[in-house]
Amino acid sequence: MVAGIIIGIIVGVLLIVFWILYNGLVRRRNQVKNSWAQIDVQLKRRHDLIPNLMETVKGYMKHERETMEAVTKARNLAQQLSSAGAGERAKAEGELSSALSRLLAVVENYPDLKANQNFLALQEELTSTENKISFSRQFYNDSVLRYNNQTQMVPSNIVASMTGFKASEFFEVTVAAEREAPKVSFTQ
Amino acid sequence: MGMGALLILIGYFLGLYFFDSAIAGLVIAILVWAVLSLVGYFQGDSILLTMSRAKKIKRDDHPRLYNVVEEMKIASGLEKMPNIYIIDDPALNAFATGRDPNRASVAITSGLLQKLNRDELQGVIAHEISHIKNRDVLLMAMCSILLGTIVILAWYGSRFLIFGSMTGSRRSSSSGGGGGAQIIILVVALVFMILAPIVAQLIYFAISRKREYLADASAALYTRYPEGLASALEKLGTSTGQLKSANKATAPMYIINPFRKKGMKASDLSSTHPPISERIRILRAMAGASFNDYDQAYRQVHRGGTGVIPAASIAAGTVPIATVKLEGGAGEPNEIQRARETSDVMWRLSNYNTITCDCGAKLRVPPKFKEPRIKCPHCGRTHQV
Repeated sequence: MVAGIIIGIIVGVLLIVFWILYNGLVRRRNQVKNSWAQIDVQLKRRHDLIPNLMETVKGYMKHERETMEAVTKARNLAQQLSSAGAGERAKAEGELSSALSRLLAVVENYPDLKANQNFLALQEELTSTENKISFSRQFYNDSVLRYNNQTQMVPSNIVASMTGFKASEFFEVTVAAEREAPKVSFTQ
Repeated sequence: MGMGALLILIGYFLGLYFFDSAIAGLVIAILVWAVLSLVGYFQGDSILLTMSRAKKIKRDDHPRLYNVVEEMKIASGLEKMPNIYIIDDPALNAFATGRDPNRASVAITSGLLQKLNRDELQGVIAHEISHIKNRDVLLMAMCSILLGTIVILAWYGSRFLIFGSMTGSRRSSSSGGGGGAQIIILVVALVFMILAPIVAQLIYFAISRKREYLADASAALYTRYPEGLASALEKLGTSTGQLKSANKATAPMYIINPFRKKGMKASDLSSTHPPISERIRILRAMAGASFNDYDQAYRQVHRGGTGVIPAASIAAGTVPIATVKLEGGAGEPNEIQRARETSDVMWRLSNYNTITCDCGAKLRVPPKFKEPRIKCPHCGRTHQV
């Protein structure tokens, strides 16, 4: 009788612990998903801004065809890969960032363009989108770190392996030039 | 909560003295506190924003400010975009309000908006968003209400006690022989009434300063760029203008103490904010951008001693600071442009119509202006309104 009660209590406690750990894992995984969606929104926003930008600079930058084409190409490639995994996508978006920063670096040579209100508004949007991408990536990576820690550390790793929680992939900056993007492009 | 205990003690003594029962006093103290708390909880943000005559802006009114707030919202992982307000005041300050992170607002004075470049603005907004994220708004509101209740009760309590003892307490007849005990209770209660508000104030200031350090640390973490906030604080520190609409209860929510006097070493016990120079030194001493780095920088500035970040928040390791940014970028408006931009926003928010004349003059048409045409006073061209 007494042994039965003790076993019952132990099982009850174990169930409660399992329940808490499981819910914790779900919360973390949802946070990772949410923050990934946030990056997604910002990357899409950048894809949408680029045609506008091209339209605005076209009239001014007659001698920069190659730079402009590189941006358009990188943008189209990044858009095609928008349903790929984090690693592959980060690479394509990195290429786009560096192409974009090369384009915005040559704006310096076009004073007329720099005085264009439309362009200035676009540039503010691009700066901000660029920042938002890096901030959402920062938050995403922090969430992934917390989630992965929980899937790998005792005791929650037991629950994680039992119920199939897998570690998530970081969104790493793969292109060296991308790291410098905001600096080169807007604050020279 | 030290202050809660103080409040309860005051209630206890008041009750003991006036009603012969400590419980009655406690009930009154808690009732007063509850009413004030409820008002503060549900109306605090709108009272504060109305008092400071803040004007709510939309994305199109000031895209840069809106974007910076959104960036910090993303960096902090806040779920909802806070409302953004501008206060038309040349003083340099900013504050956050709202009882929970989903109902938050940030407000900034037009003076500050003109003065800061993008990185600095980001630092200031990050500081305010940290107050929201760390739920400091609610904490400090509750603390200041508690403090207010203690001050009110102690004030009335001590008046009644003095008055009562001089005219021969009406209560001495009812409890007859306990005269000696009565006097002891009276003396203890009086001393307590005098000390309680002072102690409560000091506790309040200590909590407030601690939350300021934490908000600075979070701002550095969110922006990964402590220098932005440091250089904003430097600009804030040189200004002497006082905010017209601030009051004591709302002081801890501002980025710098709105009541700071010129040349005051606003340090130590009697201020809601740590001295600006110290906050700048800590931020500039940071080797990385994590809480850990902030804590170490704090210890370095204070020559050892205990840190300021709650131990639970400190994760091991450091976070690198973002690549160094340079001031005065190509696309960034300078101070004159920012001043024009801000004044345009302020006119528009007051329902003035702005017409730009070909000669370069800007006509501000007041909302009461009914004529269909207006003549430029500078060059004489007529414009449709």
